[in-house]
Amino acid sequence: MLFDFSPYDADRPLLMRCTCGKDHTVAEHQKEQAAQSATTELIRRSQTEEFEAYSNAFVEASLIKAIFPQERERRNFLRAVGKGTAMAAIASVLPIASMQAMAQEAGKKPGTLEKTNLKIGFIPITCATPLIMAHPLGFYSKQGLNVEVTKTAGWALIRDKMINKEYDATHFLSPMPLAISMGVGSTQVPMNVATIQNTNGQAITLANKHKDKRDPKLWKGLKFAVPFEFSMHNFLLRYYVAEAGLNPDTDIQIRVVPPPEMVANLRAGNIDGYLGPDPFNQRAVFEEIGFIHILTKELWDGHPCCAFGSSTEFIQSNPNTFAALYRAVLNAAAMARGPENRELIAKVIAPQAYLNQPETVLTQVLTGRFADGLGNIKTVPDRADFNPIPWQSMAVWMLTQMKRWGYIKGDVNYKQIAEKVFLLTDAKKRMTELGMKAPEGAYPKFTIMGKVFDAAKPDEYVNSFAINKMG
Amino acid sequence: MASNLNGRALLISLVLLLALLGIWQLATHSTGAASASNLSAEQIEYLKMLGKDPGTQKQGGFPTPAQMGATVWKHLADPFYDKGPNDKGIAIQLGHSLARVGLGFLLACVVAIPLGFVIGMSPLLHKALDPFIQILKPISPLAWMPLALYTIKDSSASGIFVIFICSVWPMLINTAFGVASVKREWLNVARTLEVKPLRKAFQVILPAAAPTILTGMRISMGIAWLVIVAAEMLVGGTGIGYFVWNEWNNLSLTNVLFAIGVIGVMGMLLDLVFARLQKWVTYAD
Repeated sequence: MLFDFSPYDADRPLLMRCTCGKDHTVAEHQKEQAAQSATTELIRRSQTEEFEAYSNAFVEASLIKAIFPQERERRNFLRAVGKGTAMAAIASVLPIASMQAMAQEAGKKPGTLEKTNLKIGFIPITCATPLIMAHPLGFYSKQGLNVEVTKTAGWALIRDKMINKEYDATHFLSPMPLAISMGVGSTQVPMNVATIQNTNGQAITLANKHKDKRDPKLWKGLKFAVPFEFSMHNFLLRYYVAEAGLNPDTDIQIRVVPPPEMVANLRAGNIDGYLGPDPFNQRAVFEEIGFIHILTKELWDGHPCCAFGSSTEFIQSNPNTFAALYRAVLNAAAMARGPENRELIAKVIAPQAYLNQPETVLTQVLTGRFADGLGNIKTVPDRADFNPIPWQSMAVWMLTQMKRWGYIKGDVNYKQIAEKVFLLTDAKKRMTELGMKAPEGAYPKFTIMGKVFDAAKPDEYVNSFAINKMG
Repeated sequence: MASNLNGRALLISLVLLLALLGIWQLATHSTGAASASNLSAEQIEYLKMLGKDPGTQKQGGFPTPAQMGATVWKHLADPFYDKGPNDKGIAIQLGHSLARVGLGFLLACVVAIPLGFVIGMSPLLHKALDPFIQILKPISPLAWMPLALYTIKDSSASGIFVIFICSVWPMLINTAFGVASVKREWLNVARTLEVKPLRKAFQVILPAAAPTILTGMRISMGIAWLVIVAAEMLVGGTGIGYFVWNEWNNLSLTNVLFAIGVIGVMGMLLDLVFARLQKWVTYAD
């Protein structure tokens, strides 16, 4: 209730003005307090020894797993060279590997970082969670960085500001650095993906009037929205409808619409549904205009969505800064992965400076206990997850879809592009330089809608789809 | 009689305002909230997930006048707060917008008025430049934006450029028109008296053309203020346009309405300034 002064309530003070002296309602005061105490609690958790040990282990494990995706190889490698050598070798090849030690030094020895004032862009969606929460939780400052995280109005602007060097690093849709590096849809500037920001976390939302159209075969003629052409959203939606036998280019319409406008357009009936980022799927349910048809987790469990990256030039000229930044984001990812932290994180990123969304919407997205818009409460704890490893086979998959839908033409050197953009390569290259056997197989297989994708045979995979635009 | 007229006009304005508020209240009046009785625990949780805690009213959608009032009060009570790059008070946002508009507009003045003067004096140049002006004039600010971002490579400079490019034309055309239509007799008198060209420009033509030039500036200022909101919605960062975009992101109509009000009032004030200036330079023959 508005103007709820409760003059006759014995248990509450008569607040004409909030006790903190600011002009806002009691409810707002409580909300602010809750956000503050959530931040404090998360900071406390991040400073415990357990978390530091866990986070360090998480970072190291991420690295090792990235270099040795196949367990057998990792073991063979460790047996062959011994733990000490392996650790030293990895530390010498990855700019990110020495960061454990370096991070602790950074605060004490100013000057190791090439640049300390950084600007990072983000789009206000839950995919950006680690990037955003690292700021209020002080993960950036702990690395000796003074980072300004700036809310940005759209993906095209992120691309332009990255190319213009207004941003030092940014939140990307994971296919974007591939596209920019190839010069597809922009000038060609080499970009790198350092980590995947989030996995899963998207959904197909349909307008309430389509409650009876739960089978995508019935979607002929419907209009859908995706946030950007070079997005997992676009590729997954196309994949999904094509598996149902519809041609996404002729049987349905796909438009590029910024996520907040998806909700408004759904309400207005301009679109029938969208494959969009959260919180806008949950927001449509909250606004009672749509329902969650399917989570993208059910199409490809563990699929990448957004990424964190920078230009190759920035990384090469600021390796230590980048390593510090990388570590801050990985620490945040480690914290965001913990289910016990999710509710607090929702409180921390809900305010105006970050996502600017109702807290209950974010809580539902992050905890995975949510209203589906059809009257059911569902519990899917890994509805959104934050697994940071940038598998190069993910990049190859994106390239196969770019080829499948005609965004790139002719022969594609999948591996070469994937290795250039998804940052695992550097490690491999430098290991070879050091005369060590570079591990093969940063290319684990994935299962997408029941079909196994093997990055070793991308062309076979592309050609196996009856519906395509390669003509 | 005049005061009587003003009084009656004020009365009608007030009645219109009240009627508007009344219709607004009626249109947004919601029928009470759902009660918690006879709902299962899961149903209650579901309602909460939709932001409809039993016993309270959901905020959102189109606000009631009371909600609007509370929002306006909240923003106006603390207009100067600054909580980092993404959360600033309304006065700070407005300041950013005004600074951009001011800078773009000033640049436009510096280019348009001298150029307009030259075009107005020379029918040849007028004819030669006219096709360019006619083509460039109707281009929307949003169409300039991608080009500006691509070439200038700086988003705030791009914003200023877009203000410049959109507000330059009315000033240019009006200045040219004003200069070209200075009365022949005055110029003839100046010629007979052998006034030097520079003195002629400043003491004869400029005062005569000033009202028309100011009309051009007034139109340009109106356009600049229109453009800034669109530009900032696109570029983001700071400013009243960014504020609208950010609240649109949150689907918060209340805040968007508030911003619309602020934009309207600010636009009116800017127009008023130029109306005053216009009065000041106008004289009777």
